[in-house]
Amino acid sequence: MNQISQTSAGPGLVEEGAVRRFLRATEIDTRMLGMFGALILIWMGFQIYGIVYNGNGAFLTYRNLWNLSVQTSSIAVMATGMVLIIVTRHIDLSVGSVLGITAMLMGVFQVWVLPQYLGLGHPMIWVLTVLFGLAVGTLIGAFHGVLIAYLQIPSFIVTLGGLLVWRGAAWWVARGETISPVDANFALIGGGPYGSIGYWGTWFVALLGCVAVVLMLASGRRQRARFGFPLRPVWAEVFLAAISAALIVGAAFIANEYFWPVGIVKQYAAANNITIPEGGLNISHGFAIPVLIAAFVCIAMTFLATRTRFGRYVFAIGGNPEAAELAGINTKRMTMLIFALMGFLVGISATISSARLNSATNALGQFDELYVIAATVIGGTSLAGGMGTIYGAMLGAVVMQSLQSGMVLVGFDSAVQQMVVGGVLVVAVWLDTIYQRRVK
Amino acid sequence: MNATAENIQTETRTPLVEMRDISIAFGGIKAVDHASVSLYPGEVVGLLGHNGAGKSTLIKILSGAYPRDGGSIMINGEEANINNPRDAKSYGIETIYQTLALADNVDAAANLFLGRELLTPWGTLDDAAMEAAARKVMGRLNPNFRRFKEPVKALSGGQRQSVAIARAILFNARILIMDEPTAALGPQETAQVGELIKELKKDGIGIFLISHDIHDVFDLADRVTVMKNGQVVGSARTTDVTKDEVLGMIILGKCPPGAVPGPGAARL
Repeated sequence: MNQISQTSAGPGLVEEGAVRRFLRATEIDTRMLGMFGALILIWMGFQIYGIVYNGNGAFLTYRNLWNLSVQTSSIAVMATGMVLIIVTRHIDLSVGSVLGITAMLMGVFQVWVLPQYLGLGHPMIWVLTVLFGLAVGTLIGAFHGVLIAYLQIPSFIVTLGGLLVWRGAAWWVARGETISPVDANFALIGGGPYGSIGYWGTWFVALLGCVAVVLMLASGRRQRARFGFPLRPVWAEVFLAAISAALIVGAAFIANEYFWPVGIVKQYAAANNITIPEGGLNISHGFAIPVLIAAFVCIAMTFLATRTRFGRYVFAIGGNPEAAELAGINTKRMTMLIFALMGFLVGISATISSARLNSATNALGQFDELYVIAATVIGGTSLAGGMGTIYGAMLGAVVMQSLQSGMVLVGFDSAVQQMVVGGVLVVAVWLDTIYQRRVK
Repeated sequence: MNATAENIQTETRTPLVEMRDISIAFGGIKAVDHASVSLYPGEVVGLLGHNGAGKSTLIKILSGAYPRDGGSIMINGEEANINNPRDAKSYGIETIYQTLALADNVDAAANLFLGRELLTPWGTLDDAAMEAAARKVMGRLNPNFRRFKEPVKALSGGQRQSVAIARAILFNARILIMDEPTAALGPQETAQVGELIKELKKDGIGIFLISHDIHDVFDLADRVTVMKNGQVVGSARTTDVTKDEVLGMIILGKCPPGAVPGPGAARL
């Protein structure tokens, strides 16, 4: 195996700086580094702005970072599906409206329909509601997919129509009525003090995450060693493991440092006969359930995109649809499935959004399509197709949400917020095209 | 007398591929008009003709890329049902397209196995195994090839072509269609492809070779079939006709005495 220990780049690149050597050894995506840099800049920017103009930096607080994580979940889940859609050279403008109709139907189902048969507060209500919502989302997505793949209507038109149709339908389901409150168990999916996994749960999940990272790196290395392919230097593997573990542990620490509000603690103490000690009782939130759902979706979608046939075909179709067809891939069926998967993910997001709001309204998810597409594109998915990553889209969602809630926090007008978000999207794509050209 | 005797002899063998009376029209234009060609095991048949003569279209019908309007395809003497590229591959028909038909954004191994990925016991992609197989087959075709980690978009024309060729021979094809296989290659690589074709012939693989380069075709092909305006002008053994006669077939549609005339032969 020693004869191929040299990496594939060839002798022309031997003389390179320490930074490049480091990046190449660790195989870190420079674009992702750039995005991390941008994110840190945004965070620091809001913090400093808050300190200078408002007298307190409200952004980099445990509370805000925890809230940010919850607010990002819904968009992030949908962005992972949008990656596959855009990679295959399609677009989905309807996700916000599909979220609206799905959430409305789930609201009606769990508040008006199920209690009639099961009784109010039955423990199965939330399970049936979630399954119902996922099925509705998947069916709507599959329906779009059939129109796009088999009737060959451009996805832009199908989903533009869907944007109007499903928003109208969301109103029509309950004549514009807001359905609230939702089932108490269902509401936990949206986060909040009770919808979080607490101190020890969070450390357990963090530990699990660290172990998984190490196992993944190890198995990747073993796999490559089996065929005698070039391996990363050991220090690079250790570095990657350490940095990933640090990020996970850091997130867990932040989530655990955000304590329950005093009112909730009192309520909880009264209900459980606990006396609150002098100086208050600190109960950690820990990771919120929607954040864990989003993290799980990210892992599952990354797996799907990179380790399965389905994902391979998605990228092949995006790179050259004709070649994919000639290679024997059933591109029509794939298109249909990709849109159905998008619908399924919208179903998850509809669950998170309506649970978080503790109600279903016909306006839920309005403009989400724009945030989802923006997150995906900022995350490095090329509108020309064939390129994109799930983790990039997740990061893009965090960037978008940071901008959004940061501006709310420092007190920008909503008019200014819109202008900034729009401008950032255009600039981000412009920077990306420059990056693309330079890579070539 | 000799020619007839040989014809009778060939007809007693079952052809690997026989395309009979194939027709296809695009919006009223008959791209292929009642064309018939045949291919025997271990034989190289050159398909010649002008741009737009219908040779690529005819061959795309065999590879399943276009559905035919009429005619039948026999594989080993049995009627074959080819409606899409998957069907064609199931009959052992592999194609190297003129456009190469590579997914530009994924690497060489992913392209080689596109549609037929190797999987681990858990049903996930076995990228390491695919890369290993890719290194093996590419080592045979293009020993200098090292860029396994890069998307094929980053490769040179010749490297891309060798990926396309490797993909066709990787799965033990019985029938190989090569549409301008050497168009992007330098002289040395072209010679390598020639060697490869001879090797594949020895294994009993039948090859349709489409080329505009008549010299290439004469060096490699056992027979030539010439098309003009969607019709077959005629077929001939390369030993029975001269290059000039074949040029006459291509340009004028004039069938020389050494060739078997088809429906497209000019009436003189």
